[in-house]
Amino acid sequence: MTHVLEKPVGLRKAPPTPAERTARRRALLEWIAIHSLGIAAALFFTLPFVFVFLTSLMSDTQALSRDLIPHTWEWDNYRRVFDTPGFLTWWKNTLFYAFLGTALTVISSIPVAYALAKFRFRGRNLALMLVISMMMLPPQVIIIPMYLFWAKQLDLSGTLWPLIIPMAFGDAFSIFLLRQFLTTIPDEYLDAARVDGCGDLRTLLKVVLPMAKPGIAAVALFQFFYAWNDYFGPQIYASENPGAWTLSYGLESFKGAHHTDWNLTMAATVLVMAPVILVFFFAQKAFVEGVTLTGVKG
Amino acid sequence: MSTSTLRAKHRRSTLRTLAFLSPWLIGFTVFFAYPLLSTVYFSFMHYDGFKPPTWSGTKNWTYVFEHYPFFWPALRNTLWLVLVMVTLRVAFGLGVGLLITKIKTATGVFRTLFYLPYLAPPVAATMAFAFLLNPGTGPVNSLLEKAGLPTPGWFNDPTWSKPALTLLALWGIGDLMVIFMAALLDVPKEQYEAAELDGATPWQRFRYVTLPNISPIVMFAVVTGVIQTMQYYTQPLIAGKVASGVIQGAGTQFEPGYPDKSTLTLPQLVYNLGFQRFDYGSACVVALVLFALSMAFTALLMRRKGGLINAGER
Repeated sequence: MTHVLEKPVGLRKAPPTPAERTARRRALLEWIAIHSLGIAAALFFTLPFVFVFLTSLMSDTQALSRDLIPHTWEWDNYRRVFDTPGFLTWWKNTLFYAFLGTALTVISSIPVAYALAKFRFRGRNLALMLVISMMMLPPQVIIIPMYLFWAKQLDLSGTLWPLIIPMAFGDAFSIFLLRQFLTTIPDEYLDAARVDGCGDLRTLLKVVLPMAKPGIAAVALFQFFYAWNDYFGPQIYASENPGAWTLSYGLESFKGAHHTDWNLTMAATVLVMAPVILVFFFAQKAFVEGVTLTGVKG
Repeated sequence: MSTSTLRAKHRRSTLRTLAFLSPWLIGFTVFFAYPLLSTVYFSFMHYDGFKPPTWSGTKNWTYVFEHYPFFWPALRNTLWLVLVMVTLRVAFGLGVGLLITKIKTATGVFRTLFYLPYLAPPVAATMAFAFLLNPGTGPVNSLLEKAGLPTPGWFNDPTWSKPALTLLALWGIGDLMVIFMAALLDVPKEQYEAAELDGATPWQRFRYVTLPNISPIVMFAVVTGVIQTMQYYTQPLIAGKVASGVIQGAGTQFEPGYPDKSTLTLPQLVYNLGFQRFDYGSACVVALVLFALSMAFTALLMRRKGGLINAGER
């Protein structure tokens, strides 16, 4: 640590000059300002969760009052939510939709993303532009013909299949995100594999996939959350059959069945939010990486 | 190499590309191109889903633009949301991103707390806000009252329903915060040091160093925000349904846009026309308006210099 020796020893004990004192005071004020803002923001982002949770533990009568803190802690509310007819079925359906949909999306999107990232061919930019256009298209634009196709021609309304089957044919957002990730893998690895006599499929499976794990994890998480959160899809295809409802869709009708029971409705809301937040804590890195990847690499 | 082996090689590489792209090629044709063309076709047909479709010329178009009472309010709401909600979201996201880069204590905790609301499922988040902002029993008005402040009607008052939706959107700013944070950390430190040596004030440093460096990300956030607004469906629908307070299960008939059409968006009209009124033709007209608007904004996004299409190609 040579620079310590260079400092004249006597100066360290001298009282700070007025300029130093203002600088120090300014730094302290800035520290206070930033941390007060930080705490204010933290309250804005957290209090909704806190109030929802507190209300979920109130008694039926107290939930109708303007109180903020429960008088008695009614943990039984959570059991009562599960006693509501349908609630368990909605869980099963959501898990089915989310897991199967995610698996199909990942499997079908990987080869497409790989080709768009690493193959040179005519029309590649056009293909990429079409993928982005699909990604940007509101689902409502094509919903009428899609509904008529699934419901009238294939007689699949009242099930989640019209939402799951298309996922076996690549999802635009997943293709785009994966492609962004795969372009960051240096070509040298692929060339080396080719020199070693690997075909395209083997290169993809043995070389690219192990390196692309973080990207695949991000895609899988996004797709899982998409299915978990999807309201429009189940509303279109499953509304007529409560046996096919998902949590996001059922939650709204839950409010209908429990019109004034804010405590039970909020308990159900907590139960729909909790898994997503749990998954996030286990896979934080992949998730944040995915968000950055879609936004910043421009 | 002889031309024939070259040609064979070329053919093999084309086949290889087609094989890898095949899932998407099928998906694109069956679940994108075909329904898009059908939407155009149905917009000129009269179709209720039961009797076979019949040609109706531009009747659906004039109906939507001149007689359907929800179309213009929905378009006006969309404009409001684009101007106010998108602007505030970008400004707030940038502000929170800046704040998080400045916080040096327990950064991880703050970052996680700011990010979590983004993950809340839209239906659950909207139900939560409908409860929090409930004029009668909600904790927000109860706190406002204790502080002696006015207590708005939020989702029950047409002048406050869109601000309430905006508040909900600001709560879920997590994705933008992460994107802005990454961009802010990428700004070269030397530029700040140089500016400081020149005696630049903090505002000048932000204006002349930070903003030019992150302007592509700001642009990205604006355009994706606008496109998200074109798809804005679940939150306004649930907010309107819960606030209207009529006991109803999913799928019940419901006058859209409660209160007073103030929460209507274009995607809701497609649902209303198609799946509540069984007027598939007119629903397709609204769908095409939506299509034109979103494609215009997508084109903007892709034309941007160094835009999405070039991402990762270095």
